[in-house]
Amino acid sequence: MSFMLGITPWPVASALLWIILIVAALYLIRSTAHEAIQAAAQGLHRSFRTASKAVSRSEANLAVRNRDVLLAAGREAKERIIEREFDRINETVCKDLANYSALHRSLSESIGRIEKDHQEAVDVPPDPPGWVKAVEAVADMDAKDGRAHIGSILSDIHKSLIKAHKEAMAAYHTASAKRHKLLRHMRPDWRQIQQTLGAVGKNVDSLLSRSVTIDRHMQEYEDIVGGRDRAMSVLSSSSLVNFFVSAFVLAIAIGGATINFSLIARPMAEMVGGTNLIGDFRTADIAALVIIMVEISMGLFLMESLRITRLFPVIGALPDKMRVRMIYITFTILFLLATVEAGLAYMREVLLHDELATSALLRGDIGATATGEYMWITTAAQMGMGFILPFALTFVAIPLETFVHSLRTMIGLLAISLLRALSLVLRLLGNLFLYLGVLLKQIYDLPLFVPLWFEERLAKKAAEVGLSGRAIQ
Amino acid sequence: MRVVVITSLCALLISCSKEESAPGNTGVYMLLDTSGTYAEELTKAEQIIRFTLSRLDATDSFAVARIDTGSFSEKDIVAKASFDDRPSAVNRQKRLFAQQVDEFVENAEPSSYTDITGGLLQAVEFLNEKGTGNKTILIFSDLKEDLEEGYIRDIDIELQGFEVVALNVTKLRSDNIDPREYLDRLKEWQSRVEKTGGQWRVINDLDGLEGLL
Repeated sequence: MSFMLGITPWPVASALLWIILIVAALYLIRSTAHEAIQAAAQGLHRSFRTASKAVSRSEANLAVRNRDVLLAAGREAKERIIEREFDRINETVCKDLANYSALHRSLSESIGRIEKDHQEAVDVPPDPPGWVKAVEAVADMDAKDGRAHIGSILSDIHKSLIKAHKEAMAAYHTASAKRHKLLRHMRPDWRQIQQTLGAVGKNVDSLLSRSVTIDRHMQEYEDIVGGRDRAMSVLSSSSLVNFFVSAFVLAIAIGGATINFSLIARPMAEMVGGTNLIGDFRTADIAALVIIMVEISMGLFLMESLRITRLFPVIGALPDKMRVRMIYITFTILFLLATVEAGLAYMREVLLHDELATSALLRGDIGATATGEYMWITTAAQMGMGFILPFALTFVAIPLETFVHSLRTMIGLLAISLLRALSLVLRLLGNLFLYLGVLLKQIYDLPLFVPLWFEERLAKKAAEVGLSGRAIQ
Repeated sequence: MRVVVITSLCALLISCSKEESAPGNTGVYMLLDTSGTYAEELTKAEQIIRFTLSRLDATDSFAVARIDTGSFSEKDIVAKASFDDRPSAVNRQKRLFAQQVDEFVENAEPSSYTDITGGLLQAVEFLNEKGTGNKTILIFSDLKEDLEEGYIRDIDIELQGFEVVALNVTKLRSDNIDPREYLDRLKEWQSRVEKTGGQWRVINDLDGLEGLL
């Protein structure tokens, strides 16, 4: 500093001289410096813009892939639902309409019986009474032909008439009773027909409602296949819901597995020793964990074999005979493991009592070793839990499958969000460097205001001279 | 290739597997002074033994020996156990141990002399043989050594890695007359232990045994 201020005998003069020299130098290299600043700023701007575009492209690619994954998952899920609906319809048709021929025959028979009965029940008019002809004969009689006998003849006719009437009435009553009997026989047939038709109607209604459901699912399926935005938004939101719900259920399952672990870890020490270590973990703990993991695996295989989940396509593609065998095998292993767990849970209780008794003995508290009357309840509860929890853990396969499928979408969505944010940041940085270059140029020009002012004045004057010269010409 | 991978995994597992008994377990050797009037204190010793038993776990070792005229002998060991690594077996061993100590306390007879150094030598030998990670020697005595003529005990005992805890160091009648005797006795034992790398502790308050092990 002293050197700089000592180039002349007067420091102020030295300082002024330095300022003039620096300003002059800066003015002389101004255009080069501006170009350098501009080039640097443009370079950084373009680099960041390029990076931003690359990230945007990646984001777009990922979005497309995520969309494809989501649509594929949605399509698969919808296909399963539709398949299930068709299965139900098939079951209904097989169960209720398969015996349609028998039903038809039954209806035909019933109707035939009714027709026959109806034919037989037709009202037969009574025979015309015989006395009409007798009256006509009497009326045609001449007075001369023994009118004296007319009274007795009429009396006979009267008698015959009463007799004929009685016979006719009796026949009529008999026929009516027969008809009523036939009509009474028809009643159960009517009822049967009514019930059969009611059942058929119910089945048809059920099929109709199922067909409406299938129509709705098919519409959604078409939306998915067509890749429509509505389907996408529905699938995205349902995927998020599935993710959180399955994560919640899995957390509950982990709680169950932890309780299961605590039930069997202690007695496992009796089998593999309480102090052996594998790495930093007790062998007994690892053994207990392995048992639980094997149970969960068996549960997964069982669910796969039952075609409730579809995590392993190999199992799903097995022939039915093999699949059924696999169901039996996995269930048997699961059952045996559950039995082992129940035994271990019992062992745990025994060990606990033994340890308590020993502790009491060492404390000199003999009375404390007495076992409570209701201790069997806790023992039974532990055994029950040891037996039930492996089967309960089997159902982990369902939320696990949902979690795995929705996790792909979730990761995709998160990655898209991250890439989008990164692209924005890179773009902002690019713009920042661009305007930083402009700002730096302005700052560079700040100490050069004197020569720049002169330059501006000279340029203005030169312009005026040029204009006047042109005007004179 | 598959065989190589499986073999490597097995080797890795075997190399990871290690026995707890090597560094982590504890060995305790307790010396009981049965000389003169101190024999009356044995019921307190029994409490300490039970407390110690409750604190020990699988693969630990524990032995209780009496201090008599010549204590450098296996015959003076009243009860000893190296606990199994199965919890049920450990409980059985503890109960048996407590029973043996109980029988000893009931039938113990006072000894004429007090050979603490011999007992200490026996304890070091026992614990070194067991190879436990932590080695603790409990001396339940007034620390007044009284050797029979002809017994040579003027030897340095290698106590590197051992913790020696003096329990219930009672004051003798002569200590009451001249407390310096008591203090000198404690100081002498402390220097003997610490000279050869051991750690020394005195616990007279038997209600505060929590930090014993």
